[in-house]
Order: sequence, then C-alpha cells, then structure tokens
Amino acid sequence: MIFEYIIFYLFSGILLLSSTMVVVVRNPVFAALFLVLSFFTAAILWVTMQAEFLGIVLVLVYVGAVMVLFLFVIMMLNLELSKLKQFYHRYMPIGLLVAVTMAVELIIVLTPEKLSQLQQSQVSHPAEYNNTAELGRQLYTDYMYPFEIAAVILLVAIIAAIVLTMRRRPGTKHQDPGKQVLVQAKDRVKVVSIDVERRD
Amino acid sequence: MEFLISIWEMLPVTVQILMKIVALVLPLMLGVAYLTLAERKVIGYMQVRVGPNRVGFKGILQPIADALKLLMKEIVIPNPANRYLFIIAPVMSIMPALAAWAVIPFDEGMVIANINAGLLYVLALTSLGVYGVIIAGWASNSKYALLGALRSAAQVVSYEIAMGFALVGVILAAGSLNLTDIVQGQSGSALHWYWLPLLPLFVIYFIAGVAETNRAPFDIAEGESEIVAGFHVDYSGMAFAIFFLAEYANMILISALAALMFLGGWLSPFQGTPLESVFSFVPPFMWLLAKTSFFLFCFLWFRATFPRYRYDQIMRLGWKVFIPITIFWLLVVAFCVVNKMPIWFDGKGA
Repeated sequence: MIFEYIIFYLFSGILLLSSTMVVVVRNPVFAALFLVLSFFTAAILWVTMQAEFLGIVLVLVYVGAVMVLFLFVIMMLNLELSKLKQFYHRYMPIGLLVAVTMAVELIIVLTPEKLSQLQQSQVSHPAEYNNTAELGRQLYTDYMYPFEIAAVILLVAIIAAIVLTMRRRPGTKHQDPGKQVLVQAKDRVKVVSIDVERRD
Repeated sequence: MEFLISIWEMLPVTVQILMKIVALVLPLMLGVAYLTLAERKVIGYMQVRVGPNRVGFKGILQPIADALKLLMKEIVIPNPANRYLFIIAPVMSIMPALAAWAVIPFDEGMVIANINAGLLYVLALTSLGVYGVIIAGWASNSKYALLGALRSAAQVVSYEIAMGFALVGVILAAGSLNLTDIVQGQSGSALHWYWLPLLPLFVIYFIAGVAETNRAPFDIAEGESEIVAGFHVDYSGMAFAIFFLAEYANMILISALAALMFLGGWLSPFQGTPLESVFSFVPPFMWLLAKTSFFLFCFLWFRATFPRYRYDQIMRLGWKVFIPITIFWLLVVAFCVVNKMPIWFDGKGA
C-alpha cells in the first residue's frame, strides 16, 4: 500500500509540474514536449487505478499520434518568439477569464464530500480482472447508441477535414500510378531503322 | 536444481523482476550486436563481397570492436544545438524499444509481465519511439536533421494506422489482447497459424513494421543521398550508437511480434504431423527464435534488394493502399469469426 502511495505522489507531482511548465515555458516546442510528459504521467496514474485500457489508449492516441503531429506543425511553422510575446498582453484578459471560470468549476465539482465518496466507491479488482473486456462489453451493450453516434460524428469530421483541404489546381504535374503501371514499351520506345551510312 | 529454485523463491519480487529484465536485455543487446554483423555479412554476400572478416575468426568479434570504438569516441554537441534535448533524444528512442519487450512471451509463462492488454501496450510503446527521432532532429538545429525528423514523423504516424488495423485483425481472430492467448489460439498445425486467414494483414503488418523502424526501402528519415544522415547527422560516439541499438532492437521486436501473431510463436511447425515427436527435443523458444530470425533475414534482404521509396510513394502506399486493404480484410475476418469458420475460428484448435 505504501508503495502505491509513493508511486501516486511521485507521478502526480510530475504531472502537476509538467502541466505547469506547459503554460509557463516560452519555447512552444518545449511546451509541447511537457504536454507529452503530462499525458504520459496521467496515463501512468490511470494504470495504477486499474484502468489499463484507458491509460494505454491515452499513450497510443495522444502521445503516439496527436502530439507527434502537433510537434510536426510547431517545428514546421518556425514560430518567432518575439512576435508571440506581442500578443501576450492582448490575450491576457480572455485567458484570465477562461482560467478563473475553470477554477471555479473545479472548486464546485471537487468538494471534500464528493472526493471522499469517490474514495469509498473505488473497488479493487482481482488480478485476472480484464478492464479492456469489461469496457468493451459496456460500450457495445449499454452504451451502444451513444458510442455509434460518436463514431459517426468523428467519421463525418474526418471526411470534412479531408474535403476542406482538397483543392484541385489545374496544371499540376502529379503522377497517376495506374497509368504508370499500364505503360508498355511500345508507348515509350520507337524503333527506327536507319540505312547504314558509308563514310567515303 | 531444487536448491536453486528455493534460492530464487526466497528473493524479493523486485529482485526477481530485475533479474528477469537482465536475463532479457543482455541477450537482446548481444542479439543487436550480432545482427549488425549479420547485416554486413548478408548484404556483403548478396553484393558478392565478403563483408567484415578481419577481427576474430571470420570477423566474429567485429561488433565488439565496433562497440569499443563507439564507446571511446567523443560525443560532440554542436554549439547551436539544444544540449538537454540533444542528450535526451537517444534515451527517448532506446527506452520504448526496450520497454516493449516486457510483454513478449518466449514460451508458455516465459514472460516478464503477462498483462491482459499486452498487444495494446506494445503498440503504444512502439509509437513512442518516434519522439527520439523528432527530438533529435529538432535539437540538432540543423536543416538536414529537421527534414529527417519531419519525414520520419509523417511516415511513422501514417504507417501506425495500417499497423494498428493489422493488429486489430489479430485481436479479432484470437479474441484477446494477451500475447500468450494469441499464440495459444493458433495451436493445431502450421495451417492453424494466423498467417493463412490473415495473409493480407500479415504482409501489411510486416511492411508497416519495416516502415516503422525506418529501415530500407522506407529509410527516407536517414536518406543519406538526400539529407546526409537525416535526424542523427550531428550525433557521434555512443549517442549515435544508441540510435542504432534502438533501431535494431525495434527490428527484433517487430520480427518477434510477427512470429508470435502470425507464425504461431513458440509452437512447433510440425505440430499434429508424424514429425512432431522427432522434433520434440527442440525447446519451444527455439522455434520462436527461428521464426524471428527468418523475419530479421527479410529485413536485411529488403535492404539489399529494393531501392529507396520516394516520399510521395510512401505516403500513397500507406494511406491509399494499406489502409483500405486492412479495413476490407477486417470485415472479412469479423464475418469469419462470427460464423465460426473452421479450421481457425471454430474455437476447437487441436
């Protein structure tokens, strides 16, 4: 039990520290990397709470894919730090507003009574308990419709994103692999017979 | 023997786990070292050369000499580079490459952590490997390194999807995320292994694995003819060697996974035939090693055979060819599983 406490406090400390750094750090690449660290530590905390499926999927989706693309974009943009600072004061009021609202919401939700309720409701499962199978069963029986609807909405969003970026520009020289495969020697090479010339 | 077992049981669990990790990582590192020698030898013979043959008998000590040389060399940190990230990057690439081995079973029960979501864990950790490349590319503060990192990021994310779908096919067929259960689900004979019903997924998984490890013909992240050496152009000494350790450890990992998921892991290929008793002296994990070695040989074979893919062709192959095929084959597998198609999905085995 004491070991679990050590793990919990160690990783929640790292989580708090790294999420603070996401906001505080100047360089956007560092901020993104700290966000990766906080996702990863959050995943570890979830795993210690016997939600291994959610923890692993958090790493797989957010750390392994989403943040890689984020970093990709940040590195491509080549952000100029001095220019970023200009907007700092302009966005300050709205940023403060959002921060205060979120803090108030958290304070309302996370009262001591509710936290102690959560602590009591946490059950510890036997070693062979399969969190992934349980979650799958719940999602595909009790929550079938919400799950399917969410999936369809995501699919629509994916297609919409692709359609938005598709711009057909005339005159591009991109290749059609189908046509390349179908090409035969006689289309490209012309055999010409030339009479032998004699040097005199 | 019983004395040894009693000593083993007296040890605390943490020490037991640590010893298991050492027993896994040491042979793995040795395997990596000799895979580099095998690569140079195999490619040498394929190109009608002899390969390294000076150090030790027929060059057998070459990897040791290489390792010593790399250890002695200075790690140069370029002035404009970001020194913290520059040092962290190789660590970020070796860490997931080693950690993923925790759930790989070598035999019934011969595994460090027999967790339920084993396959997901492997997929999640292998997807972390790209951070080493990205951080290295960015921290070097060089345009070649950055280009290599960007190429690698785009490539790995694209092929991860196809790879993930191929794994979903395996999960569907086995009905489990646990690697031991997946191997057990293939017992019967060589025909019961999943390579046959999942043939397109098998091929796609392996090709995506080659792309994930940035190996030829998908090694545009290095692409020495275009961007010098890509993301590790500024690295030297051991920092450089660690990237290679990670790359080769990942190659072995991908090969071992392919053997476990599609070629029946440690199951004997002669299971259910008269030859089974003839080969019963072979310990099960030897079969796994043999199958893994076959895939590793394919890695080397590809490198000696195929020219490097062009960037747009890689993207086209990943998105427009592999993903549609895997989605279609997932439907086929799901249909077969629901209808309990013999001989793979009727739940009988042998």
